[in-house]
Amino acid sequence: MRPAFSVLFLTTLIGAAQGLFIALFFVELLAPSGVTREFFAFGSLLVVFLMGLGGISSVFHLGHPERAWRAMAQWRTSWLAREGIVLPAFSAAAFAWGVAHWLNLGHTFAIGVAGVILALALFICTGMIYAAIKVLKEWSHPLTVVNFILFGCASGTTLAAAYAGFMAPDLAAPLAKSAFVLILLSLVTRAAALWRNATLRPVSTLQTAIGVRHPRIAQKAQGAMGGSFNTREFFHGKSPAFLRGVLAAMALGAFVLPLALVMFAPLAAFLIQYAGLFAERWYFFAEAQHPQNLYYQTVS
Amino acid sequence: MTQLALVIDLNVCVGCHACVTNCKQWNTSGSAGALTDCNPYEANPNGTFLNRVQTFEVGSFPNTETVHFPKSCLHCENPPCVPVCPTGASYKRESDGIVLVDYDKCIGCKYCSWACPYGMREFDEERKVMTKCTLCVDRIYDQNLPEERRKPSCVLACPTGARLFGDVHDADSQVSVAIREHGGYALMPEAGTRPANHYLPRRKTRVSVHEEDLYSSDNPHKIDGLPFDHTLPPVNEELS
Repeated sequence: MRPAFSVLFLTTLIGAAQGLFIALFFVELLAPSGVTREFFAFGSLLVVFLMGLGGISSVFHLGHPERAWRAMAQWRTSWLAREGIVLPAFSAAAFAWGVAHWLNLGHTFAIGVAGVILALALFICTGMIYAAIKVLKEWSHPLTVVNFILFGCASGTTLAAAYAGFMAPDLAAPLAKSAFVLILLSLVTRAAALWRNATLRPVSTLQTAIGVRHPRIAQKAQGAMGGSFNTREFFHGKSPAFLRGVLAAMALGAFVLPLALVMFAPLAAFLIQYAGLFAERWYFFAEAQHPQNLYYQTVS
Repeated sequence: MTQLALVIDLNVCVGCHACVTNCKQWNTSGSAGALTDCNPYEANPNGTFLNRVQTFEVGSFPNTETVHFPKSCLHCENPPCVPVCPTGASYKRESDGIVLVDYDKCIGCKYCSWACPYGMREFDEERKVMTKCTLCVDRIYDQNLPEERRKPSCVLACPTGARLFGDVHDADSQVSVAIREHGGYALMPEAGTRPANHYLPRRKTRVSVHEEDLYSSDNPHKIDGLPFDHTLPPVNEELS
């Protein structure tokens, strides 16, 4: 698959926002005393800001953004429609939580629980958008959803540690420790997904694609010589060396450097981790081999 | 329930692309808008097509065979592209099983094209909506056309009659009989999509000649169990 940059920005930004909200909620739950209301209010503002950035970047993926409101219609069957509903709902809950803290309105725990449930639901919607495509074997697995959850939580908690460094230094160390554990967990599950995808055998072959039972079939023409939607959308078009570079950037940026830095320089850890997760998301698209590619092996 | 579909005979297709051009001509002229062409007179011309013909070579030289393979939406009975659509723009008609896109509802997210294992949908770069074969839904029911012309453009264009059109749920229809009697098969059955369109395999016409066909088996000079002695004199019928 060709990585869609709008989707890479969307999933990495809202993942960090959801993780940050969950981290802030746990701060309220476990360390209620000694934390100022500004800490929660500005934190939720950061959540809403990241959600807004993600929402804006998602618009660039659409051919007709003015019709985006229609995307909520098919929530019964489509995970994309469900994401379209849960995304604004979570943003609203995070905003309400911040306002409730800022104005001392109370009920912050109830709003926070609703926000955490919506954040988890949004992780599941985002992950299932990919995991629900049965023909893409690299994506169609529970690990896809698990990775979206863990990457979002790891990145959001690292951001929370960096944020606490400025607003509530006492909280920075426990948050950084939590982030460290989450990054380690995400390393395990992503490595499992990488291993699974590397050992995956394609279900469809050129034989089943055109229905000719012969071990040697070679394409001689694909019906067009100047490319088509099929050649643009489903091939990343990068060299194996470039792919290895992205994989190395992901290993360093999303795991090694954040693990090394999160304890004493959480802001640098978060920024490097964001770039690493961007590489991870790029690779996530690039490693998915769409069966339609069987029909587009040779131009002529 | 009706399920309209195409049956494409790979034994007959000569790869002339007449179905491709007639499909493009009909569907670019309709009220839904033109099928975009990008760089039509420059390097790398490309555009939206609802039907394409690909060519494959089967076997190794000198025992090769050329297979021309027309490729368009299969109007699956379990279409993976339909439930994933967030807006309901992608839908399958109850009445005749045609899978369609409502161009006024499509937001151009391309999610349906990811879900289709065959790559049958093409995003139109100018209209910014997903397009696909409609089985010429705007002509097969047109009462202003003579009845024999109420068929998809590709079917009408095919000079060799490689494309059949009809209801695959009607056991006695031309397409059902063709599938049943000529080994019609579906593409990528492992995808679980249950395509309505079927393909008929390449078929070789062979005449098997047995050894006993080369001489009169009722030759009275032949002795059972022994090879026939060709030096024996002919019988009366063979002389006449």
